[in-house]
This record gives sequence, structure tokens and C-alpha cells, in this order.
Amino acid sequence: MDKTPIISFKNVNKVYANGTVGLKNINFEIPQGEFLVVVGLSGAGKSTLLRTINRMHEITSGEIRVEGESIKPYKGRSLRLLRRKIGMIFQNFNLVKRSSVAKNVLSGRVSYYPTWKSILGLFSTTDKQKAVQALQRVSLAEKLYARADELSGGQQQRVAIARTLMQDPKIILADEPIASLDPLTTKTVMDILKRLNQEDGITVIVNLHSVALAREYADRIVGLRAGEVVYDEPIAAVTEADLNRVYQTV
Amino acid sequence: MTTQIPRRPWLQRWHVKPIGWTLIILILLVASSRMTGVDVGMFFSNLGQFTDLLVRMSRPAWDYLPIILHPLYETIQMAILGTTIGAAFAVPFAVLAASNLVHNRWLRGIIRLILDLVRTLPDLLLAAIFVAIFGIGSTAGVVTLAIFSFGMVSKLFYEVIETIDMGPLEALESVGANKLTIIWYAVLPQIMNQFVSYFLYTLEINVRASTVLGYLGAGGIGVFLQRSLNEFNYSQTSVIILATLVVVMVIDGISNHLRRVLL
Repeated sequence: MDKTPIISFKNVNKVYANGTVGLKNINFEIPQGEFLVVVGLSGAGKSTLLRTINRMHEITSGEIRVEGESIKPYKGRSLRLLRRKIGMIFQNFNLVKRSSVAKNVLSGRVSYYPTWKSILGLFSTTDKQKAVQALQRVSLAEKLYARADELSGGQQQRVAIARTLMQDPKIILADEPIASLDPLTTKTVMDILKRLNQEDGITVIVNLHSVALAREYADRIVGLRAGEVVYDEPIAAVTEADLNRVYQTV
Repeated sequence: MTTQIPRRPWLQRWHVKPIGWTLIILILLVASSRMTGVDVGMFFSNLGQFTDLLVRMSRPAWDYLPIILHPLYETIQMAILGTTIGAAFAVPFAVLAASNLVHNRWLRGIIRLILDLVRTLPDLLLAAIFVAIFGIGSTAGVVTLAIFSFGMVSKLFYEVIETIDMGPLEALESVGANKLTIIWYAVLPQIMNQFVSYFLYTLEINVRASTVLGYLGAGGIGVFLQRSLNEFNYSQTSVIILATLVVVMVIDGISNHLRRVLL
């Protein structure tokens, strides 16, 4: 296992303006192609940690490197290019509910086009085919022209994954992707993420509440408590007792 | 074994807040009518004159209808043009005035100040100015309506924008889209139906407003309304009012239909 890390955290701290500590001295590396699950209580800093990787949240000190490059100096176009290679999945799917599935999926591709082309919807035939293929991968190709709000929660999350695939991401960040889903659709969505990880070699980082799911899908589990990494083990070394420690109240 | 229901706090039990607010509003109403010298009694004692006017208007001169059809048509055209121009300019201003899209307080403040200023200008004043500039005719009316609509629509629009779901914006940002693309893909679809609805509402107001603007020579049906009133020809007045009512009702119908379809 001597893969080069695709993401690395070095002494990362985040303190909110009101003094709340979001992240505290985070140090770890994520090798390329890993399926990493971050567990922890609500408010432990999981979402914050995830969003620092694509700079949706800024850090107070320390350094984050993506593909060996510090992401701190990025701004404007270079920041958008960083975000383009990092897909993101949300708890609430964050689709534009009144738009069609096709438009939602294609919106994942806009960063490959100049503004005027994306506004006029001038996507190439290749990319339109790519959108259908992305939907096929999440088994929803027949919903191409449906409006997003006609779909069930699980289907909406799959459309969100298809949108992310349009970015050709190297990394997928999934923030509680299954928190609003039932057990059956949970399995579908997690299986899709796992498949993208194994078939496409996309590095996947998922925030989860459920320890059982974490053990089922993860290559490695990181536990956060009050903004600190209190646990970090490959799946082979994970035991139930260890994980319970993560969920102890401070 | 009965369940112990927690006692409601004193404030809630006696509905102190709603009763208090009602009292305050009543006192304010009475006080302001006293101070401004509004005599409610006079309204009732002079009701006779009002019914007299209604009786005189109750015999519409239907043969007047063909004469006002053309100016009515012109009024609708003026209203559509004015509303469209005003609403088109309102969109970028509404975006810049929305606190969830523009975090720069200075920029937002300046934009809102401009919008407040535009809304403060009474439409009659605007009409008077533009009649002086463009001369008597519908150009003055259209410009007046455009500015009036701009002020009104931009406020309605930015208030709608501030209620949207921010989730899709976050998603588009994470995709690497720039601001303009985010607005196009994540903001506009969320507000489109309310935009249409407010646009039609403004159109309806503008049809009515342009009847008044005609007084100042800004074209349209208002010229005829003024003429009939000056000649105390109330049977003609009532035809004009009824014809305008039909137009307003048609716009209202379209608006209701579109809202259902676009929802």
C-alpha cells in the first residue's frame, strides 16, 4: 500500500468567527482510490471537514493538499477548476426541483464550458450522450425528461450522483448522502458509490452516522469528536468497541 | 391515572400578545383619524350623493363602446410595453439586492437605495415630467409605466429571491460553476413562476394606472375617461370603467391559469 496521497491534511484548524472550534489539529492522508468513511456525532465537524477539501469552507490555519498541491492560494478560475475535479453529494440532494433531470445532470458539466455556452444550454452531443450514460450508471436513464421533484428521494440522490459524474471527478465527497433515505434506497446509493470507487477508481469520502454502514462499505474509518480525529484505522483493524468510543459524549 | 398536562404560561393562557397588539392597532387608528381630521361621520351622511352618482352611471351608453376600443387597445399595449421593459431591468437589480446572493453590504445598500428612490417617485409626477419631455402621447406613458414597474417589480422580485432554497446553489458552486451560471441554473428556475405571477400582477396594476396617466396626456383610455368626467357624461364613464374591468379580469384569468400551469 504505497499509493501517493490524493488528499492530505497538515495541522488543519478551523475556528469560527464566534470562537467555536470547528476542526482541531487535523493530520491525515487519504491515498488515491480509497473509500473513506468519516463517523462522528452531529456537530463533530464531519461536514466542515468535508467542505474544507473543496474550499466550500475556509480553514483558519494549516495546509490541505489535493494531488500534492496546496489548495490555499486558489481563487477564481483555479478554485473552480479544483472544484470541478471534486464531486459533491448532499444530504438534501440539492437538485433544482423545478428543472428536468436532464438539465440537472448537465449542470454538472457547466464548468467545462464558457459562461455564455452554459447559459444558452449549448452542450455538445458528446456531453448529452454522457448525461444519458451517467443516468444509465445509476439506472435512471428513463427519467431523463422527468422533473426532478417527480422523483422519490432515493432517485433524486441518484440523479445527484449522475450530476457529479458529469464533472469527471477524481474525488467524491458525500455529506450524509443517505440521512434522508429509507434502508432499501440507502443500500442502492451506497452500492453505487462503492461501484464508482472500485470501477472508476474515484476516491470517495463519505460522512455517515451509521457505524454498521461504515463497517460494511469503508476501506478505512476515521472518527471525529469535537473537531478532532479520535480514531483512524483500516477496516481490518476496526472493532465495535473502538467505534463506540467515537460516540462517547465529551 | 391521568396524564399531568404541563401548565401553560400565564402569557399564553390569557392571549396577552394578540389582544395587546389588536388594542394598540385600534388606538393608533383612532388617534391618527383624530389627528388628521378624518370625519367618518361625513362619509355616511354624504352617502346620498354617492348613490346619486351610481344611479347616473347605471345606464351605460353602449354606443360609446366602439369609440373607446382603440384607446383601450392602446392602453393595453402601453401597459405590456411598460411592464416588460420595467421587469427586464428589474431582474439584475433584484439579484444584486438579494441578501442571500450578494454578501457585500455596501453594494446591496446602494442598489436598495436606488430602488427605494425609484419607488418614492409618484407615478403622476413621472408622467408629468415625461409628458414635458416627450410631449403628449403614449411614449410618455410607456416610460412612466416602465419606471413605475421597475421600482415595484424589483422589490417583489428580490423578496422572492430571498426565500429560495440555497441547496442547489451550494451544489452548483461545488461543481465549479461561476456566479452567473449559478444564478441561471439554480436561482432562476426556482423563482420563474413567481416572477411570471408578479409580472402579470404589475401588468394589471399598470392597465389601471394608465387610465389615470391619461389625465396628464400620457395617452390611452385615460384621455377619454377624463373627457367623459369633465362633461359629466357618467354613462360614458361607466362604459370605460366596465371595459377596463373586463381587461383586468382577463389578465387575472391568464395569471391564475399560468400560475397553475407553471407551479
